[in-house]
Amino acid sequence: MTINGWVQILVFCALVAAIVSPLGWYMTRVFAGEKTFLSPLLRPVESGLYKLAGIDEREEQHWLTYALAMLAFNLTGFLVLYGLQRFQAALPYNPMEMANVAPDLSFNTAVSFVTNTNWQNYGGESTMSYLVQMVGLTVQNFLSAATGIALAIALVRGFSRASAKGIGNFWADMTRAVLYVLLPLCIVLAVVYVARGVPQTLGASVDVTTLEGGKQTIAVGPVASQLAIKMLGTNGGGFFNANSAHPFENPDALVNLIQMISIFAIGAGLTNVFGRMVGDQRQGWAILGAMAFLFLAGVSVAYWAEAGGNPLVHALGVEGGNMEGKEVRFGTAMSALFAVVTTAASCGAVNAMLSSFMPLGGMIPLINMELGEIVIGGVGAGLYGMLLFVIVTMFVAGLMVGRTPEYLGKKIEAKEVKMAILAILSLPVVMLGFTAIAVVTPTALSSIGNPGPHGFAEVLYAYVSGAANNGSAFGSLSGNTPWYNLTLGAAMLIGRFFVIIPAMAIAGSMAAKKRLPVSAGTFPTHGGLFIGLLVGVILIVGGLTFFPALALGPIVEHLSVIAGQSFAAGG
Amino acid sequence: MLRHLRPALVMIAAFTAITGLLYPLAMTGVAQTFFPEEANGSLLAVNGEAKGSALIGQAFAGDRYFHGRPSATLGPDPSDPSKTTALPYNASNSGGSNLGPSNQALIDRIKTDSAELKAQNPGVSLPIDLVTTSGSGLDPHLSPEAAQFQVPRVAMARNLPVERVHQLVTQNTEGRILGFIGEPRVNVLKLNLVLDRDAR
Repeated sequence: MTINGWVQILVFCALVAAIVSPLGWYMTRVFAGEKTFLSPLLRPVESGLYKLAGIDEREEQHWLTYALAMLAFNLTGFLVLYGLQRFQAALPYNPMEMANVAPDLSFNTAVSFVTNTNWQNYGGESTMSYLVQMVGLTVQNFLSAATGIALAIALVRGFSRASAKGIGNFWADMTRAVLYVLLPLCIVLAVVYVARGVPQTLGASVDVTTLEGGKQTIAVGPVASQLAIKMLGTNGGGFFNANSAHPFENPDALVNLIQMISIFAIGAGLTNVFGRMVGDQRQGWAILGAMAFLFLAGVSVAYWAEAGGNPLVHALGVEGGNMEGKEVRFGTAMSALFAVVTTAASCGAVNAMLSSFMPLGGMIPLINMELGEIVIGGVGAGLYGMLLFVIVTMFVAGLMVGRTPEYLGKKIEAKEVKMAILAILSLPVVMLGFTAIAVVTPTALSSIGNPGPHGFAEVLYAYVSGAANNGSAFGSLSGNTPWYNLTLGAAMLIGRFFVIIPAMAIAGSMAAKKRLPVSAGTFPTHGGLFIGLLVGVILIVGGLTFFPALALGPIVEHLSVIAGQSFAAGG
Repeated sequence: MLRHLRPALVMIAAFTAITGLLYPLAMTGVAQTFFPEEANGSLLAVNGEAKGSALIGQAFAGDRYFHGRPSATLGPDPSDPSKTTALPYNASNSGGSNLGPSNQALIDRIKTDSAELKAQNPGVSLPIDLVTTSGSGLDPHLSPEAAQFQVPRVAMARNLPVERVHQLVTQNTEGRILGFIGEPRVNVLKLNLVLDRDAR
């Protein structure tokens, strides 16, 4: 580890912290339907959309109506994206003449983008036409992110309202998220990316003759516009197969820094929206504080592991950090930081190949996802995931002192706790259940790329990433098989909607409750004690659930590597 | 569910038009107008002919050129198009080796490569980036140490004084952005172009 590496990490944290409050202020206004500086331009578009769709933006929806609207919207999006891939050969903007995508891969990719996962079983530049990349993938990047933001806002309304029937209007929340938040920021980011060298063209690949007289075909395309939303919407699906390790998708360390900030921007900003909407910004900062603690712990371990390098390589007389699968312009520090950022938020973009990370360096992304993507998390998904843990924490705190738990003046009762537990438990059931089935299924095992414990970690990583809607991968697993396309698709669906629906149920029941006055017995939820308790509950729940699986994968691999043991295929 | 059908269809159609067509096409227009070089792949031309991209590494094998890092990219097998085979720096199919840190295949590869490189330049410590594949397989850069490591070979092949080649490497070393962001690096293709132009 170097001082310069840590300076970069701390500058990153400071920049994220600096945008939390302004972005939170802006988004609070947007979702309250108040005027912003963009309103003169966007308000007519917004009203026009509502008129066309036959929506009354002021109609307050019951939580069930809100959830059904969201499901109808997501299902339609899924069908469109599936159809676009199945017929891409017959559609325009296909200069490289890509063939139609196979049914199982189309299913996997459509689910993947609608659930904000963006698992890549497809090779971007070798599978998808420009039309599918733009009209299919980019659109769902926007819409799945907007869906997440809308749901988080709805859950926050559950806490901020009292004796209310509705939790807002899905169509209005989703539309505002796209028009006022995602689109304007993406336009600015895309221009910056192009200026630094990210391609943005509809022209076909470029053929060049290299200095030594060889042929090189350089894939280009409308990359910058997709890159902007891929990061900001914590989607993570790359234009290119190598994702943000590709020099066109991440040309230099400054772009890299901007990409990392934009992954965290909205998720971090939403904690401030939460604080503002419940009338006490300290509540938002406390949540962000718990996230920051878990984040910095992860970065420290990952950077330490990658900068330390591989003892098996050192034994060959080659010193240095672990550079396999990493780019020179980022080095170990910015590769490790990116890996932790992308898995803490449910982005899943990568600027280095995680499968080649050191065992403990690769374990941190795994843990981030296993905890349910609550460290900043996906846009929206991170906040509602964290609030589920807050409910469990307050329940535990209530048990300790023998009082009915309250949060922000709302009683937390059996229904809310049951719903929170349902959501929190559905993730490990899917992650570990599918992994257990896959490792005894020959067709699933034949996709494994690395021998030994690393092979087990590949399978575990795939289902954890799918269920957590992250989308990053140990790329050594050949995921484009009917088995993984279908089971991972199922994991993504369960991981998304078995969290969303309970969260919406909680939003509805919380909104209906009366607000109790603060008394001497109220447990303050903006201080260090609360943060500590919350972090403790998260780590205990995650630790008890996942330690055995981690022990079989990264931990045993780490112990092998430091003992000088490697694993040969077939051995 | 049915009463949500109209808004769902209208919103999908409208946002497909706005975020799927209007947004990327407008960005393409802006990019092609204000940043035409960057937007089309930052191509490097010699006498009007594109020799590669400033951002994409190239495969170099001869002694007269600096070599980039090993690349794990694949391409179609010429003898059987349904299979893939190693095709370093294939810029239409990016990707890394994805070899795990405990994989014997990784250790064997590094062992072979490092023995070969150490024989070329005995007594000098071997920079790690020269024996590890990059994430994209298209890394255009070397660490300054990895470029300096190759100076004796290139100088000999070109019949140039070692100091002159050292100097060229130093001149083509880019520092950290703003002094602290990223890592120091040498763009291999640009360095080789300079070699061809300035030091025949």
